[in-house]
Order: sequence, then C-alpha cells, then structure tokens
Amino acid sequence: MTVAPRRVVVVGASVAGLTAAETLRREGYDGSITLIGREPHPPYDRPPLSKQVLLGDWPAERVFLRRPEDVAALGLDLRLGTAATALSTAARTVTLSDATETGYDALLIATGVRPRRPPGYDLPGTHVLRDLADALALRERIAPGRRLVVLGAGFLGAEAASSARALGAEVTLVEPAPAPLAHAVGPQAAAHLARLHREHGVDLRTGTKVTGVETTDGRVSGVRLSDGTRTPADDVLIAVGSEPDTRWLEGSGLRLADGVVCDAYCAAAPGVYAAGDVARWHNPLFGVSMRIEHRTNAAEQAMAAARNLLRPEQARPYAPVPYFWSDQHGVRVQAFGHLRGHDEARVVEGDPEEGGFLVAYRAGRTLTGALSVGLPPRALRRWRTAVAGRADWRAATEDLPER
Amino acid sequence: MRVEVDQPKCVASGQCVLLAPAVFDQDDDGIVTLLDADPGPEHHADVRESAAICPAAAIRLVEK
Repeated sequence: MTVAPRRVVVVGASVAGLTAAETLRREGYDGSITLIGREPHPPYDRPPLSKQVLLGDWPAERVFLRRPEDVAALGLDLRLGTAATALSTAARTVTLSDATETGYDALLIATGVRPRRPPGYDLPGTHVLRDLADALALRERIAPGRRLVVLGAGFLGAEAASSARALGAEVTLVEPAPAPLAHAVGPQAAAHLARLHREHGVDLRTGTKVTGVETTDGRVSGVRLSDGTRTPADDVLIAVGSEPDTRWLEGSGLRLADGVVCDAYCAAAPGVYAAGDVARWHNPLFGVSMRIEHRTNAAEQAMAAARNLLRPEQARPYAPVPYFWSDQHGVRVQAFGHLRGHDEARVVEGDPEEGGFLVAYRAGRTLTGALSVGLPPRALRRWRTAVAGRADWRAATEDLPER
Repeated sequence: MRVEVDQPKCVASGQCVLLAPAVFDQDDDGIVTLLDADPGPEHHADVRESAAICPAAAIRLVEK
C-alpha cells in the first residue's frame, strides 16, 4: 500500500499542467499543488496562436484557458515566470530558476516542447512560433506586401502561411519533402494540401531545402535555397519541428529518448509521471511507443497521469485514440488514430479533386486512422469508433466502392 | 451545475458529444450546441470530463 501524496509538484503550466492540477482537485486530492510555469502568463492555449492570434482576430487574453477566479479556486501554489532547472529523483526535489528548491511526494512533468532552431537562424527577423510572445511579435511584422518565408510545411508552418496570406503578406513556404506532411497523412491529403496552398497564393517550394540566410545590416533579408535560387524576405519563420523540453532532466536518472520515457501508465519512475508533448509512452491500443504533440492529448494524458499518480495501485493504462485538427486556408482537417507509419492510405469518401474527402489508414490488417478534409465533422464519427475498436481493415472498408 | 459553451471558440472536435451525448450535440458545422444547460447529477462526471478535455476550452461549468 502506497502512502497518499500530500505534496504534488507539476512542472509546466500549459494545457497538460493545468489539466493535471484540475484533475487532482476533481478527484478529491486536497494536499498542496505547486504549479510551475516558465512563462509569465496564466495558463493559455497554443492552437489559436497560429490562427486567431496571428490573424489578429482575438486579443491575446482570449487564449487564457480559465478565468482568474476558476484558477484561484484550485488553491494552487502557482509559480509563474519560473522555470525548473534540475530534478533529483533521489532527494525528490525540483530546483527552480530562482535558485529555490521545492520538494515533492509526487511529480508530474509537463514541460512540453521547444521549437527547433538550427544554428545561424537566431538573427533579427527570424522567428519561431511556440509562445504567446512569439505570436504577438510575428503578428506585428505581418502586413500586406510584406514578404514572409516559412521554413517547414508541417501543421504549424502551413497554418502560419495560411494566416499570413489572409493578411495579404507574400508567403514562400519551403519544404524539403516532396509534399507537405506526406509522411503523416499520406499522398492524397498531402497533394490536396499542397494544391490548397498554391490556390491561395502561397509560393510552395517542395523538395527544397534552405542552404543559408542572407542579411542586410545584421537583419535577415532573404534565404538561399537548394535549387540555387534566392528568395528575399522581410521575416523568416522557422517551423521545422520541435524537441521535448527535457534539458533540465539530464542527470536526473529519468530515461530520456525523444521525450520522458514512461510506461503504459504514464509513469517515468516511482512517483514521477509525465503528460503532454514531452511524454513518450507505450500506447497499448496501437502497441507502439508514441509521443504526441497535439492539443487534445495534452489534456487527456494529463487526466490519466494525474489519476494514476493519486492511485498507483489502481492505475489504468493510457490507451487513447489520438485526435488532431488543423485549419488551413479556411479548410478544416481533422483526424483520429495513429496515422504515422501506415502501410496504406485510401480515399474512402468524397474526392480530393472536388473538395471534401476522407482518407482511411491501414497498418497490417487493421484500420489505424481516418482523416477528413473539408467535410462536416460528423463524417468522422463512425470511423473513430472503428479505430477505437481496432477494426479489421477489410471489414471497415469492404462495403465501399473501389477507387 | 450550470453548463456554458463558448461557440466562437469551439473547434468542432466533438469530444464532448462522445463523452456526454445527453448534454452536448454538434450542428452541421460541428459546432457545439447545448442540449441541457442544467444536467442532472447522473451526467455530472461526464460533463466535467468534457469540460476538462475540450481542446478549445470552450466549456465552462459553474458548480452550484
């Protein structure tokens, strides 16, 4: 029988950290909760940063996840503007950037990810887009006729390109792969997203790498590309992926391998759990190790990890059907399941040439995911149910017309 | 418990409908609609789960 924790420390005050704190309270835990956040803002939501915030549709405060009174009601020891700098699992202490230490009975790690920034891409005029401050700084720079080069056509780069085009900027989107997101969503959806960019005036350069930046008076003025061309730029957004924020955990004894390595219960060590973008765990539903950088997983995993933290003897494996959405040029993309590493992607509803469509994904003999582009969200529901039930691929697709 | 939804924030994920179909629904665009703003105690756990998991933080609960 384990002793119930009385001091819980949650590191990371974004969606996963806040949700963990809320879950602990909802489950009846009345001990102390220290919530540590690197940024000075109250917990806020990141998906709107590349959409409503960049577009200027929302004031910055609208991204805050909870009203001040709802946060206050949780009775937290809230340490904002404070980063965790080290962890000792032996002493059960977290060291903070203000040089203090805080002890814990149980720890939940939710420090998320940091944007990747290759060497040489930190001069004035270059941007990343992860934090609220990043979004507000980039928004200041986007205007009709301004030239923005976006490096990387993943979800973030694609959404930023879409928002910048809507504001009238001239946008070049540079992607080393032959089509944006092809490894994740398969060739049909990737081709459709590429066409969507081009129809909306984005200069999409696939199969192209950046070989260097050009500067004028110490500020970025363009990029050189692997096809030998150069593209002038007023600003460059680096959207080439991110890496788990685990530097503060080096030497802690936790296993780090592209994330904090956890078991199926989101536990990294006795009394230590992780959730959200930073957590790598074994998802028993798909039988693979996963680390998911999606908004819904941050909340869902934080709930699961917080419950397991409170009651390890009744711990339940975390086996979600992942979900994500993306808005690009006014078109909604939604997906359920585990799309990466699929053996086949097949259009099962609609037609990518004519607009809305749905793609199903197969790994082995099993339906592992479904993605819709420009369809009403209801279209995906039965596919989610089938993915959650590990449906046989042929049974799930056999009544459908051949394509 | 009183349930409030912020429709302009809703991203049409439908997570709430999966969890608490007696309380939440989606319109043709997937945007959340409220079937019951004052659900009975038998729905409270599912509604709290929905509010916690909503990827747009578009559900707010006022506990009475």
